[in-house]
Amino acid sequence: MTVTVRFGVVVFPGSNCDSDVYHVIRDVLGQPVDYVWHEETDVSKYQCIVLPGGFSYGDYLRAGALARFSPVMRGVEEYAHDGGLVLGICNGFQILLESGLLPGAMLPNDCLEFRCGWVNLRVDNVDTPFTLEYHRGEVVRMPIAHHEGNYVLEKDPLEAVKKHCGITFTYVDESGRPTRDSNPNGALLNIAGIVNERGNVLGMMPHPERCSEEVLGGADGLRVFRSVVRYYS
Amino acid sequence: MRFGEVQGVLLVRYRGTVVVTLKETIFDPQGEAVKNSLVAMGFSSVTKVRMGKHIIVYLEALNEEEAREKLADMARRLLANPVTETYEISLVEVPD
Repeated sequence: MTVTVRFGVVVFPGSNCDSDVYHVIRDVLGQPVDYVWHEETDVSKYQCIVLPGGFSYGDYLRAGALARFSPVMRGVEEYAHDGGLVLGICNGFQILLESGLLPGAMLPNDCLEFRCGWVNLRVDNVDTPFTLEYHRGEVVRMPIAHHEGNYVLEKDPLEAVKKHCGITFTYVDESGRPTRDSNPNGALLNIAGIVNERGNVLGMMPHPERCSEEVLGGADGLRVFRSVVRYYS
Repeated sequence: MRFGEVQGVLLVRYRGTVVVTLKETIFDPQGEAVKNSLVAMGFSSVTKVRMGKHIIVYLEALNEEEAREKLADMARRLLANPVTETYEISLVEVPD
């Protein structure tokens, strides 16, 4: 059976991966998608909301700190609390952390450089609506591009995240080991992506929308979006 | 001091300063890089550098206590991230 899953891609001032996500959903995935301007307050008509990458509000103060207070985030928070699916990519992940929809915070990369390139990721949790199309422990390749991806979390909330298998993507080497060299930013436990306990909010630093077509060097990211469709099938 | 425009209440103008720094338990690679440069320049007595943000907020309030409360609220909710940062507040009364 063919299902229709309506996606909403939030556009903040300074978002710059919104068009890429929109393109992948519409042209590659073949699903309906709208841009959702940051002044909208109701996102309840969508089956999945994507907070795309970029530099919302110029990353002023802290990455994601100002976007968190934009009108649309009130709607997104309500939507998430009602069980709606929210995918935060890169800056979108930072916004989810600032808004408290996911635990933890981002610090500048420990190398103090903007890191841009391909990384190997291990998929650790395949029971989320965003990772159904992966195999547990599978190593995939996705690009990263960020300056603040050094994920930190205090001990107690980290234990809680581990307990519900919240660590979804981990930076690893080609054989799937989370080594120091495979960690591009110093993130705690090589964490690249986490999901909340309920499983409906995922944040990830790598860009699945930039690797959803083979012509771009790989299509491992498409399965994130395909998983969402499968979830509703 | 001046008269407030809404209720005719006397409001005082303050310049608040919020200094945001990383918690001591959080590694500060920027501070570490600056420290290393200072040592390399010959300032061998430098043992530690911590980077942060210095935010100046002009505001009006009934008194210093209220101004301090407002600033603390701003710091908690926006200016600092409680997961990684701490803040210190100072206030001075300023003329119109």
